[in-house]
Amino acid sequence: MVISNKSVSLIVSVWMSLLASAAIANPTTDSTQVSTHETHAVANDSTHANAAHEVKTLTPEEEKKEKVTAFIEHHLQDSHDFTFFSDEKEGKHYGFSLPVILWDNGLQVFSSSKFHHGETVAEVNGNFYKLYHGKIYKTDAAGTITYDEHHHPTNQKPLDFSITKNVLSMLVVSAMLLFMFISLANSYKKGPIPSGFGRILEPLILFIRDEVAIPNIGEKKYRKFMGFLLTVFFFIWLLNLLGMTPLGINVTGNIAVTICLATFTYIITQFSANKEYWGHIFWMPGVPVLMKIALIPVELLGTLTKPFALLVRLYANITAGHVVIMTLISLIFVGKNLVSDMPISLGLTLFISVIELLVAFLQAFIFTMLSSLFIGMAVQDHHHEEGHH
Amino acid sequence: MEKLYNDFSFGLFFWQAIILVILILLLVKFAWKPIMESITAREEGIKDALLAADNAKKEMQDLQANNERILQEARLERDSLLKEAREMKEKMIADAKEEAQVQGQKMIEQAKASIESEKNAAMAELKSQVSSISLEIAEKLLKEELSNKESQMKLVEKMLGDVKLN
Repeated sequence: MVISNKSVSLIVSVWMSLLASAAIANPTTDSTQVSTHETHAVANDSTHANAAHEVKTLTPEEEKKEKVTAFIEHHLQDSHDFTFFSDEKEGKHYGFSLPVILWDNGLQVFSSSKFHHGETVAEVNGNFYKLYHGKIYKTDAAGTITYDEHHHPTNQKPLDFSITKNVLSMLVVSAMLLFMFISLANSYKKGPIPSGFGRILEPLILFIRDEVAIPNIGEKKYRKFMGFLLTVFFFIWLLNLLGMTPLGINVTGNIAVTICLATFTYIITQFSANKEYWGHIFWMPGVPVLMKIALIPVELLGTLTKPFALLVRLYANITAGHVVIMTLISLIFVGKNLVSDMPISLGLTLFISVIELLVAFLQAFIFTMLSSLFIGMAVQDHHHEEGHH
Repeated sequence: MEKLYNDFSFGLFFWQAIILVILILLLVKFAWKPIMESITAREEGIKDALLAADNAKKEMQDLQANNERILQEARLERDSLLKEAREMKEKMIADAKEEAQVQGQKMIEQAKASIESEKNAAMAELKSQVSSISLEIAEKLLKEELSNKESQMKLVEKMLGDVKLN
């Protein structure tokens, strides 16, 4: 295929002129830019915003922005049904509902379709539940929700063990992982070199072993932790990648998920720790006795801050990526000039998406890397100690 | 922080913990263990093979060095043999030359001696022949001279004259 110089320069010039016209003729894009920064702030008290919604009438412009913010906020959160897209005018949602499992004086199991996407009150075994901002509250037949002075619902919240969108995503990812790696394991039965997709997976396993586990934990002890490290690495990576698809999944950008992952690292670190590790925490060698006592709470806190850094890093990175991408896409809907906004929005989204692909891998890698580092710190023999004696 | 607290869902945490534990157990049992074992076994195999190849190479090198050494030795031996042969040849030639010379000299001497003796014999014969011839001549002459009286007397006188002179 031959592309002449002329047509290429024509395309470039049209692109540039579009960019220029967008910059000049569309001052409102500025305000959308601001909205990206404000997303968090607005999201923080979206309940206030919604309350304000009812009181004073908003201009269509503001209303649009509100809607975009609410949509992004909604996307970032877990949900009780799997909606691919919805038609607002007709009030239709395309997707499927998921089972809701509540612990409220006994197990209450019902389909989330009963909520009608939060529009109606679900009545199960004489109890009434209402979906409000992604959370299930116990309510009465009319669906009244009472608020405190911070506009938080004061209704009773039953323990929610529902198979939500994130739980389903995790189950799907688990099934994918099991399928991929069991077939890789089976391919070794045929010969020493894996075939097909296993050729891609094997270098990744070797990468985790040679670049992450062995340097951080040590040649002798790494083998015991490989199962956890490999599982967590591929689990996070695949979930991150799944978040990049238009299915609207955001699992690793959910604080409960990252807390759980970090808890695993914490528990494994503490339970595999050797005498020297605890010695360093409760009786720091080489410092005066008073300092030893003073250092105990500091060191104990230190064991907690490590996994805390893990969970916040993963959560913040993935959430930020999702917010940025969704905001960039929504430029199309907020801006006035579709022709000029579309290329900018799509171009920037593509650019950020490529970065997010890298981030997806990087965050999985960093999580695994730091986990193995913490484990390594807990299990390794302190050779420098012997120098003092 | 309050938002994080609000976002935290215990149900999700609960399910994830269960899923992750089961996933880790299943993957360890059915995937990671066999995979890691296969990879380790393969790596060991490769290491062994490399080591074996290295050893074979070393052996080969040793063999080659040995061959080279034997060849060198053979070459040296050949050289020394050639040299010896050359020396022997030269010596033989020299010896032969010398012997020939001596022999020649001897033959020449012998020839010379025989020539001398032949010459002497010839001389002796010549002498005897000459004397016999002269005797014959003298006989003949005397016979002739003494056939008549006069001449006999003349001769005696002459001879007497000779004797006087002596």
